[in-house]
Amino acid sequence: MPHTLTISQLTDKLAQGELTSRDATQACLDRIAAVDGQLNAFLSHDPDDALAQADAADAARASGVSGEAKPLLGVPIAMKDVIAVNGHPLNCASKILGDFNSPYDATVTQKLREAGAVIFGRMNMDEFAMGSSTENSAFGPARNPWNTDRIPGGSSGGSAVAVTADECIASLGSDTGGSIRQPAALCGCVGLKPTYGRVSRYGLVAFASSLDQIGPLTKDVRDAAIMLGVIAGEDKRDSTNVPEPVPDYTAALTGDIKGLKIGLPKEYQVDGLDPEVKAATDAAVAELEKQGAEMREISLPHTEYAIATYYIIATAEASANLARFEGVRYGARVDGASPEQMNRATRGAGFGEEVKRRIILGTYVLSSGYYDAYYLRAQKVRTLIRQDFLNAFEEVDLIASPTTPTPAFKIGEKSGDPLQMYLSDIFTISCNLAGLCGISVPCGFSNEGLPLGLQLLGKPFGETDLLRAAHAYEQTTDWHNKRPELD
Amino acid sequence: MEYEAVIGLETHVQLRTRTKMWCGCVNEYGAEANTNVCPVCLGLPGVLPVPNAEALRKTALTGMLLNCDVPGFSKWDRKNYFYPDNPKNYQLTQLDFPSTIEGFVEFEFDGGTERVRINRAHLEEDVGKSTHFADYSGVDFNRAGVPLLEIVTEPDLTGADMAYEYLNALKAILEYGGVSDCDMEKGQVRCDVNISVRPIGQTELGEKIEIKNMNSFSGVRRAAAYEIERQIGVLREGGSLVQETRRWDDALGITESMRTKEDAHDYRYFPDPDLMPHTPSDEWIAEVRATVMELPLARKRRLMADYQLPAGDAEVFVGDAALGEYFEAAAKGARNPKAVANWVMNNLQAKLSETNGAVADVKFESSAIGELVGLVEGGKISSRIAQDVFVEMFETGKAPAIIVEEKGLSQVSDSGELEEFCNEAITANPGPAEDFRNGKEAALNFLKGQVMKASRGKANPQMVGELLKKILGS
Amino acid sequence: MREDLQHAVKLARIELTAEEEARLGSQLGDILKYVDKLNELDVEGVEPTAHAVPLTNVLREDEPRESLSHEAAMRNAPKTANGLFIVPKIVE
Repeated sequence: MPHTLTISQLTDKLAQGELTSRDATQACLDRIAAVDGQLNAFLSHDPDDALAQADAADAARASGVSGEAKPLLGVPIAMKDVIAVNGHPLNCASKILGDFNSPYDATVTQKLREAGAVIFGRMNMDEFAMGSSTENSAFGPARNPWNTDRIPGGSSGGSAVAVTADECIASLGSDTGGSIRQPAALCGCVGLKPTYGRVSRYGLVAFASSLDQIGPLTKDVRDAAIMLGVIAGEDKRDSTNVPEPVPDYTAALTGDIKGLKIGLPKEYQVDGLDPEVKAATDAAVAELEKQGAEMREISLPHTEYAIATYYIIATAEASANLARFEGVRYGARVDGASPEQMNRATRGAGFGEEVKRRIILGTYVLSSGYYDAYYLRAQKVRTLIRQDFLNAFEEVDLIASPTTPTPAFKIGEKSGDPLQMYLSDIFTISCNLAGLCGISVPCGFSNEGLPLGLQLLGKPFGETDLLRAAHAYEQTTDWHNKRPELD
Repeated sequence: MEYEAVIGLETHVQLRTRTKMWCGCVNEYGAEANTNVCPVCLGLPGVLPVPNAEALRKTALTGMLLNCDVPGFSKWDRKNYFYPDNPKNYQLTQLDFPSTIEGFVEFEFDGGTERVRINRAHLEEDVGKSTHFADYSGVDFNRAGVPLLEIVTEPDLTGADMAYEYLNALKAILEYGGVSDCDMEKGQVRCDVNISVRPIGQTELGEKIEIKNMNSFSGVRRAAAYEIERQIGVLREGGSLVQETRRWDDALGITESMRTKEDAHDYRYFPDPDLMPHTPSDEWIAEVRATVMELPLARKRRLMADYQLPAGDAEVFVGDAALGEYFEAAAKGARNPKAVANWVMNNLQAKLSETNGAVADVKFESSAIGELVGLVEGGKISSRIAQDVFVEMFETGKAPAIIVEEKGLSQVSDSGELEEFCNEAITANPGPAEDFRNGKEAALNFLKGQVMKASRGKANPQMVGELLKKILGS
Repeated sequence: MREDLQHAVKLARIELTAEEEARLGSQLGDILKYVDKLNELDVEGVEPTAHAVPLTNVLREDEPRESLSHEAAMRNAPKTANGLFIVPKIVE
């Protein structure tokens, strides 16, 4: 069943001629038709366009183009609806963009094309990437394939669902405070947030400019390494992109983590930590230790301030980034007597509540009289948080923790209390503030059959160690081979 | 009670670069609406800015031309406000660490030299252009993202005329430096004028009133003159002024308050997270400094000093930079640079305009005019003959000495030869000779002319004059 | 909704219904109270994080790149005329 394969499995079969890209793409399309009605992972997709790309990939392969030159040749990859694909809709799961069709490709889209991928689908998400459950989508939440009453996590919920439900082979999402890692954990797949500056942000609809990164959601760690190798690298259209050479990430998957020092932050033993989550994480840590890694307790003293810091900085940047959505040049305009009226009406009608909340908050913390007390102070605390991690990384190579404090909660359970929702980001949020890399890998299931995730955090540009450790752990377990039952 | 005016000017100048500030769209006036646009300058979702290195170089150059410092650190900030011509609804600018600071502009005004201090010249981006129709407005984003230099003076200007001269001086500097074409027709230079008045002797400034977006210097002068009078008038009548923005109506010749329902803008400035700071190295600064050329006023003064030229001559050479450069090359090592200047300004310029030629195409060596002057001053040829030699030089490119040689134009200065010519002329013209002996000075010129004719212009006119006098006197 | 938040709503140009105003006002009040937590810290002498990566002098040479075709530029425009993006009349 082609759609259940991983990237490396599929590319093998494609190379051997056992399958065509059309087979794989069609299988995904059939799967979408069968299950997406109950999952709502896809906001839209164009089967004809996908198959045309698949056929082109097959033709290229037939004419001699190899998998070495194009590591994703013919592999169907789904795109979070926040990444620009020329000719495809770009909605960010919001009404305000109307029927916006992107006239340009994001850099990562171009890189996927150059690697031969079949680029399809617009994946459901929290509107403008603001949320942790995909309940903030203007088009209904995506649903956790392990239990469709539950959230899949967010904001890259649709991507995580599609990967785990085998509606695509892999997906690209974005992570600003955990939006790749958290849904990956709640859905039971792998989610990688690269170091800030590792992957170009050109073509990623900006939420928080100093925190956003694009990253892969995949079925296993090897696939994440393959995807990272394709999307990472220099881009002259992004001033925040770091021209650091891209190593061969798959070569790092040696399985050897002897002597690797892994830190366990004592501040992460929080009250709200679900006992099953704690148990699964402890077991995973024990497994890593068995493999030869050395565990030690570390301290990240400013942990309790991370969420407050994040919600000041991210919303401030977002309030400016989302000012462009006002009905002048694109989007679903609501007319008004003056441009100002038109702006107010368009934004009032087009933005969902969470987006409004964050824009107002962000505007507030930047406004005259409040800038020093909020924004400036938060940027200083950010320095302290960053320093915590730099200090820790003097002692250890990686940091381990649960990805989330609880398994997936019920749809609707926290959506009435935004602050409660924010507090659930506790383990993922500091990574973005400190500019680190991070990955979530499946580490078990709750008694109710809901996936649990182990998070590893690495130094800036330390993806090699990160992937190596994640892969070593993964290979001692069978979690990544489990799939939800759907019909 | 007497009042004085205090004026500060903020001048926005579009830089002359090939492309826009953040993207590779061309920086070009007059294209069809919305044809020089891309995702970046349209503010589409997902785009990012990357700064134009040439814009930064031209900004640093401007700073140097305005005697500013170029600090080792500058950064970018977002200025947040909604407007249909503002694609991102924030403008990228430099708030607290601009590219250049603290300089001055010197210019001649009212018989003296004025110095106006420059607070800063910083870089930002221009916005789109709106056209207003009956029931709606239309926006063209071709101009959005064009690099804009904002040059801010201290409130050192004291009147409308001074403001006008300052602007002209600034424009000349910017054009001279190749920083901007300063084409007002194309909207490349716009001014915000800040005016306040206070009783003479008061150190505290009065309420500052701003007149925005002026696009002609004479308009600035008219508006400033009006506004100063208006403000003084209000105060004299016991009224008070409030800080506000006013609009200049050129047709009616008045300023009007711009009543807006909105409070003063809260721009919510914060450091832009997408753009990295600029920390110019010493090498980078030195490279820019190497492109600094002499400014008009300094050049004029230098020409006058170094070449003993009167102001008028110096102004000609400042006004025509190519001609000026040519003059300096020609005057190198010359004993009489003023004479060289005369040849350049009169004969060369005339020939160039006659033939529609350019200084660059002149056939003779740059040292040729100096040589020519030397031949005349050394008595080798007469100044009359020199005129002909020059024409020959211009047409053939040959050196003057060679032309003189080839055409046998050497001045005759041998007294023996000349005496013969003189005697012949006196003999042939007894009437004028007699007239001169009888005291008619002018008759000498006639005789002189005869000698010049007989000698085909080669006789040394001075010697001829003296010899005739001597012969006739005896 | 308290006045300082109302001012932010105005600056942000978002029209709210009375009901939204009430609900958001209350939620934002809670959030602002939560983020006040940062005042517990002594940040004297701490530099703000200006940028996520310590890069400088990232520049682009003054070389033209292809622009969008006019059609592509206008493709998503809500209202156009004569090649311009049309908006309600701007009154200075």
